Amino acid sequence: MSRTITIDPVTRIEGHSKITIHLDDEGKVNDARFHVTQFRGFEKFCEGRPFYEMPSLMARTCGICPVSHLVAGAKACDDILAVRLPDAAIMLRKIMNLSQIIQSHALSFFYLSSPDILLGLDSPVQDRNLGGIVKANPELAKNGILLRKFGQKIIELLGGKRIHPSWVIAGGVSTKLTEEQRKTMLGWIPEALKAIQWTLDTVKPLLENFREEMRTFGNFPSLFMGLVNENNELEHYSGKLRIVDSVGNIIADKLDPQKYFEYIEEKVEPWTFMKFPYYKPLGPDQGSYRVGPLARLNIIDRCGTPLADQEWAEFRDLERGAVLSSFHYHFARLIEILYGIEKIKMLLDDEKILSTHFRAYAEPNNFEGVGVSEAPRGTLIHHYKINEQGLITWANMIIATGHNNQAMNKGILQAAKHFIKHDKLTEGMTNRVEAVIRCYDPCLSCSTHAVGKMPMKIQLVNSCNEIIDELIKN
Amino acid sequence: MVTTGKKVKTFIIDGKDVSGTEDQTVIEVCRENNIEIPTLCHLEGLAEVGACRLCLVEIKGSNKLLPACVTKVHEGMEVITASEGLKKYRIKILELFFSERNHICSVCVSNGICELQNLAQRLGMTHVHYPYLFPKFDVDASHERFVLDNNRCILCTRCVRVCDEIEGAHTWDIMGRGIESMVITDLNKPWGESESCTSCGKCVAVCPTGALVEKYKNAVDKSFMYKKDKLKFLPYLTTMREVKNEQS
Repeated sequence: MSRTITIDPVTRIEGHSKITIHLDDEGKVNDARFHVTQFRGFEKFCEGRPFYEMPSLMARTCGICPVSHLVAGAKACDDILAVRLPDAAIMLRKIMNLSQIIQSHALSFFYLSSPDILLGLDSPVQDRNLGGIVKANPELAKNGILLRKFGQKIIELLGGKRIHPSWVIAGGVSTKLTEEQRKTMLGWIPEALKAIQWTLDTVKPLLENFREEMRTFGNFPSLFMGLVNENNELEHYSGKLRIVDSVGNIIADKLDPQKYFEYIEEKVEPWTFMKFPYYKPLGPDQGSYRVGPLARLNIIDRCGTPLADQEWAEFRDLERGAVLSSFHYHFARLIEILYGIEKIKMLLDDEKILSTHFRAYAEPNNFEGVGVSEAPRGTLIHHYKINEQGLITWANMIIATGHNNQAMNKGILQAAKHFIKHDKLTEGMTNRVEAVIRCYDPCLSCSTHAVGKMPMKIQLVNSCNEIIDELIKN
Repeated sequence: MVTTGKKVKTFIIDGKDVSGTEDQTVIEVCRENNIEIPTLCHLEGLAEVGACRLCLVEIKGSNKLLPACVTKVHEGMEVITASEGLKKYRIKILELFFSERNHICSVCVSNGICELQNLAQRLGMTHVHYPYLFPKFDVDASHERFVLDNNRCILCTRCVRVCDEIEGAHTWDIMGRGIESMVITDLNKPWGESESCTSCGKCVAVCPTGALVEKYKNAVDKSFMYKKDKLKFLPYLTTMREVKNEQS
């Protein structure tokens, strides 16, 4: 008799979702699905709004990474204005975008995932949270909080508030950087660098304990996509898109992000609100790709900052070709935090950043605009169309988590096949299935993330839809 | 303020003895005596309409609440401007504004410099207890420099009055009834096609919310001059009225 196991809701991720695991007649895992159960409709209700409102309107998509949407939205508006941005504006936007990535990665790793890594996936659920980390390794918890604060404080200093600043606007930014602000930010750098280096030294040996998870957590061949700069280094703001295959070969390079629709298509499935984007030339199956920190570190030739390059060399040694195991997203995230701190310092050290020319003025010169940037979780695409009055007639967003949709489903199936034995439901088993999802740090909406306290319901359902077994965790 | 030829009235506001001339309204005397009364439609220099109802006051002997902006002073009256009951009513009126149109401050271009938002904060409005109605109005961005968003309009009619009384163009008017009321230009033509509009921008300057704004700008913009310079604009309005009064 075929059965279905449902994990609902999935905890310690951003948003609402559930997992169903379908068993065949012999009780073996047949299929696994990651259902995103929320619908929001941003692309629809922004229709009719003036285009220059879009960056701050779309930033409301997410409370974790509003800056990413702000930046991608503003870039799409720049495209509508058809302006060349002043250097200072680009540099300041880059700093804010990197700060966003640092704070989000710190949230994902330290607050949500480090309990699994430090305490182990079979440790008691009441300890497997930030509170447990504080007890077990206060230094790690302290550094996590410090790094998140570092990112948030820069966002606040530049944009006036930590969440949903509206400082990035069509054509540039709204205020210039003062010498005092620059000094303040530079003053925060050494402490943050120390924190991330300590974390890398502490966490790297711990990862060795997860050999089985590395083998089975979304470890499958796929494509990887992300932005690279003109020197093929790590890039989060501008640059061109590059796609590499599972062996590490570049299969498409210098793709114009503005023309994403020529090579990316989205597939829709009836059981989830999240779409499945894929690389068009290879079709929905072969063309599925991963984005985010793991992908970004897989596609580049080097990071471009000295300390991050050293860590990156170690990362590339993990596997031949591209690093395939999604478990390594965690390590990749820490390397990106290090890169972000170094890069912010490099940008702040440049005198051009203090320029009084921080905004370009223009009226709409295009009816259409595309903005692409790297959000913490991967490539983010905003695409707007306007009418003669400058009012939005159509909008499309491809969110980083969306790109990873296919990969998340594959990852769950792989972990479920390996860890789920049909005769019993154990907590360790469902933890592992959830932990696969957590590797991708999916941001399904804006604000919800409970610290190990959300109730979780796992149901075994037979082919007649009768519940034959139930496990409730509170 | 005492002007020759006009009778002086003495009366009480909030227990304080005050005086004003017979042609003054309660709100004018309150302002002269630094007694604060919240308003959204009243603007010094423009005719009064009593549209927003936020300046309602209690007057002894009357069983109705009266709007201070259109109530003339009279001898011996006793006015209460800030009783507990009045505070509650004012918050309820504000809540009705917020429920009637799409006043979502977080994504509004006037966020931070909006009179409706400021007032809600100042009076301590914490929730909207009425269901949101949010009728959908199209944004009119046909004008070269300005945008009209009726979704953020509170129908205070400051734009209608400033255009008529100060600029003398009378481009603006109100159309429709109840929830469907909206400000329109030239018999509901798109603003950009209006023949009477002089593009002076006075309507944008006096708009208390984000209903009339400069195109391509928002409140974080340094150059969002019209709304931020409202205080500088007020003496101009008053001067214009005095000139007009002298002529008539």
